[in-house]
Amino acid sequence: MQKILVIGATSAIAEATCRRWAARGDALFLVARDAARLEAIAADLSVRGAAAVGSFAMDATDFAAHAAMFAAAQAALGRIDVALIAHGTLPEQKACEASVEETLAAIEVNGTSVIALATRIGAQLEAQNSGVLAVIGSVAGDRGRASNYVYGAAKGMVDIFMQGMRHRLAKSGAQALIIKPGFVDTPMTASFSKGALWAKPDDIARGIVKAVDQRRDQVYLPGFWRFIMLVIRHIPQAIFKKTSL
Amino acid sequence: MALNSWGLRPNAPAAQEIVRRDRQAELPQVEGTLLPFGNGRSYGDSCLNSGGTLLLTRGCDRFIDFAPIDETRARLVCDAGVLLAEIIELFLPRGWFLPVTPGTRFVTVGGAIANDVHGKNHHRAGSFGNHVRRFELLRSDGSRRICSATENANWFAATVGGLGLTGLITWAEIELRRVGSDALDVSNTRFEGLDEFWAINAAAEAQHEYAVAWIDCLARRPRGIFMAGDHVGGDGTAEPAASQARRALKAPFTPPFSPLNALTLRAFNTAYYHRPLPARARSPLLPYFYPLDGILEWNRLYGRRGFYQYQCVVPKGAEAAIDEMLAAISTSGQGSLLAVLKTFGAPEAHTPPGLLSFPLAGATLALDFPDRDEETEALFARLDAIVAAAGGRLYPAKDARMPRSLFRAGYAKVEEFARFVDPKFSSNFWRRVID
Ligand SMILES: Cc1cc2nc3c(=O)[nH]c(=O)nc-3n(C[C@H](O)[C@H](O)[C@H](O)COP(=O)(O)OP(=O)(O)OC[C@H]3O[C@@H](n4cnc5c(N)ncnc54)[C@H](O)[C@@H]3O)c2cc1C
Ligand SMILES: NC(=O)c1ccc[n+]([C@@H]2O[C@H](COP(=O)([O-])OP(=O)(O)OC[C@H]3O[C@@H](n4cnc5c(N)ncnc54)[C@H](OP(=O)(O)O)[C@@H]3O)[C@@H](O)[C@H]2O)c1
Repeated sequence: MQKILVIGATSAIAEATCRRWAARGDALFLVARDAARLEAIAADLSVRGAAAVGSFAMDATDFAAHAAMFAAAQAALGRIDVALIAHGTLPEQKACEASVEETLAAIEVNGTSVIALATRIGAQLEAQNSGVLAVIGSVAGDRGRASNYVYGAAKGMVDIFMQGMRHRLAKSGAQALIIKPGFVDTPMTASFSKGALWAKPDDIARGIVKAVDQRRDQVYLPGFWRFIMLVIRHIPQAIFKKTSL
Repeated sequence: MALNSWGLRPNAPAAQEIVRRDRQAELPQVEGTLLPFGNGRSYGDSCLNSGGTLLLTRGCDRFIDFAPIDETRARLVCDAGVLLAEIIELFLPRGWFLPVTPGTRFVTVGGAIANDVHGKNHHRAGSFGNHVRRFELLRSDGSRRICSATENANWFAATVGGLGLTGLITWAEIELRRVGSDALDVSNTRFEGLDEFWAINAAAEAQHEYAVAWIDCLARRPRGIFMAGDHVGGDGTAEPAASQARRALKAPFTPPFSPLNALTLRAFNTAYYHRPLPARARSPLLPYFYPLDGILEWNRLYGRRGFYQYQCVVPKGAEAAIDEMLAAISTSGQGSLLAVLKTFGAPEAHTPPGLLSFPLAGATLALDFPDRDEETEALFARLDAIVAAAGGRLYPAKDARMPRSLFRAGYAKVEEFARFVDPKFSSNFWRRVID
C-alpha cells in the first residue's frame, strides 16, 4: 500500500489517476478547493477500494494555507510515498495579453503555487530519503507559442524547477517526475473541438501510475507527444515565426 | 458531436449537449426542453431530443456507498451515470452481481431505471426497478426528491420506466446479489416448433434462474435454441471479469449499405442453429449475459441507414400471437440474427414497479430489422395488429416508430404518468406518441 498526497484532486486527470490507485488499495489524501466535490470523490475512492481517504479544502494560491494542509496530510498519511500536483487553469491567452493581472494570476496558479507546494514536499521526501514527487506540466511548457505562451511559461517554469529538484533529490532515495500531457478531453478543454490527437483522462492516468511506479524522470502522455515536441522544439526560429501554432 | 441512439437511424441533432460532472450541480437554464442521455443503448428515439438539450450523465460516474445487507444482498449507492459494466468490474471480483441485467452491460444505472430494464431472470426477479431502493429526482424547478417505495412513492412509480421524462435521476441506491463465482452452468436445448418451446420453457422456469431462447425466425417452422443458466456456487473456477472483458472486438467501420441481407441472414441462422452445441457447459459470466458486448459497435454493421428493433410482449393466454408473428416474419423474408423469445411473469414480490414498466406476465419477442422502407413498414403494421389484438405492448426502449394508438392501448396508465412529466422535459419519443 502506498501513501499518496494529491493536490488538485478534483481535476479530471487526477481523479482518474486516483481511481487507479484506489483500485490497488492505496491510501490517499486529497486536496482541492471545491469541498463538496472533494467529498464526493473521497467517497467514490473509498468504495473503489482505497485503504483510507482523507481530504483538505484549499485554494492552491492561498500560500498561507499550505503549511496547515501539509501538516494535515502528514498527520493522516505519515510517510509520503507519492505526491501528485495536478491543479491548473488554462487562461485565455488574449485576455492575458490585455491584462497584467490576468497574466500574473495565470503564472501564480500554474507556476508559483506549484513551486511553493513542490518546495515543501520535496524537502519532506529528501528527509525521508524516499518517495516520488510527480507534477503535471504540459507540452505547452516545451516551447513558447503565440497561442498560449503565458500558460506555457508557467508550465516551463515548473519544468525547469523539477529538473533542478530531480538533480538535487538524486542524492537521496527520492525522485522527481514531470508529466507532460498533450491534448486531453477534460473540463479545462471543454470548449475545444476534439480531433484524433485527443486523449481521455484515464489514458493519461494509466501513464501517470506507470511512470510513478517506474520512477521515471519525465513522461509525455500519450507517448507520441515526445516525438511531436522533439520536432516542435527543433524548428528553427526563423521558420517557427512564420507558423501559427 | 451529435449523439445518436443504438439503432443509428438518422435523427436531427440536439441543439446542445451538456456534460454533467457533479450530482450536486443544478439543471442548466435553457430555452427549449431537456432530456437525460445515459449511454445511448436505447435503440429508438426515447433518448433523443432533436433541437433541445441533452444532459449527458456519463460524466457523473462516482460511487457513493456500499454495504452488505446480509449474506446474500448488498446495497450500492452511486451516481446515475455509472455503467453496469463498471459495477460488475468492481464488484464481481468481490462476489457481488446485479440482481437483474439487460443483454448489454454498457448501460447506465439511470438508463436502466428509466426503462425499467429486464433480464433473463424476469420470472424469478422481476425487473431492474424491483431492486432499486431509492433515488434522487432533480426537477427543472430545482427541487430534489428522494423517491422510494415508501417515500414519494408516486414519483418513484412514475420515474421507474419513466423514460427520463419526470426529471433527472442524480443518484440511486440499488441492491446487488451474492454470487459464488463468476461462472454459470448453462444448458442448451434445440427445439422445433413453439409447442416444444412452451414445454421446455415451463420446465426450465421452475428449475433455472435464467431462461431465454434464440429463435431462427426465417425458418419455415420456428426453431431455436433454448438456453437456461444458473450461477455456479462457490468454487470460483472461471477467469476474472477484467480478463473476460478484454477480448472485445470492434466493428471496424460503418459499411455504406448493410451486409446483413436476407441471404446472409438465412445462412447465418441455419449455421447458428446447427452449430455444435454442448448440452451442458460451464460459461464465464460476461459472454453468457452479454454475447454482443464482445463486438463493440456491432450496430454499425447495419450500414448508414441504421436499423429497427421490434420488441413486444403479449399477455399470458395470448401466446398464439407469437406463432402468428413468427409466421408473418418468415413469410415476409425479413428477419434478424437476434431474435429472442422469453416469458415474463414475476412472483408477487416483484410486481412491475413503474407506471410505464414494459414487462407484463406473458411472452416477449425481440427482433431487429434492417430498414427496407415500405416492405418493413408493412411488416411492422402486420405485427402491430397482432400485438394490439392480443392486448400486448411494444417496448419504448427499442422503439422508433410505434403508432400513437398502439402506445396508448399498451400503456393504460399513461394519463396518470403524464401528470408527473416535468414541464421542461421531453424527448423525440414522447412528442411522437403524445402530441
Ligand atoms: C445489445 C443490447 C441489448 C439489450 N438488451 C436488453 C435487455 O435484455 N433488456 C432490456 O430491458 N433492455 C435491453 N436493452 C436496452 C437497454 O437496456 C435500455 O435501452 C437502457 O435503458 C439503455 O440505457 P442507457 O444508459 O444507454 O440509456 P439511454 O439509452 O441513453 O437512455 C434511456 C432512457 O433513460 C433516460 N435516462 C438516462 N439517464 C437518466 C437519468 N439519470 N435520469 C433520468 N432518466 C435517464 C433517457 O432519457 C432515456 O429515456 C439492450 C440494448 C442493447 C444495445
Ligand atoms: N486537459 C489538457 O489538455 C491538459 C494538457 C496538458 C496539461 N494539463 C494539465 O493537467 C492538469 C489537470 O488538468 P485537467 O485537464 O484534469 O483539467 P481540470 O479537470 O479542469 O482540472 C483542473 C483542476 O485544477 C483545479 N484548480 C484550478 N485553480 C485552482 C486553484 N487556484 N486552487 C486549487 N485548485 C485549482 C481545478 O479545481 P476546480 O474544479 O475547483 O476549479 C481543477 O480541479 C493541469 O495542471 C493542466 O494544466 C491538461
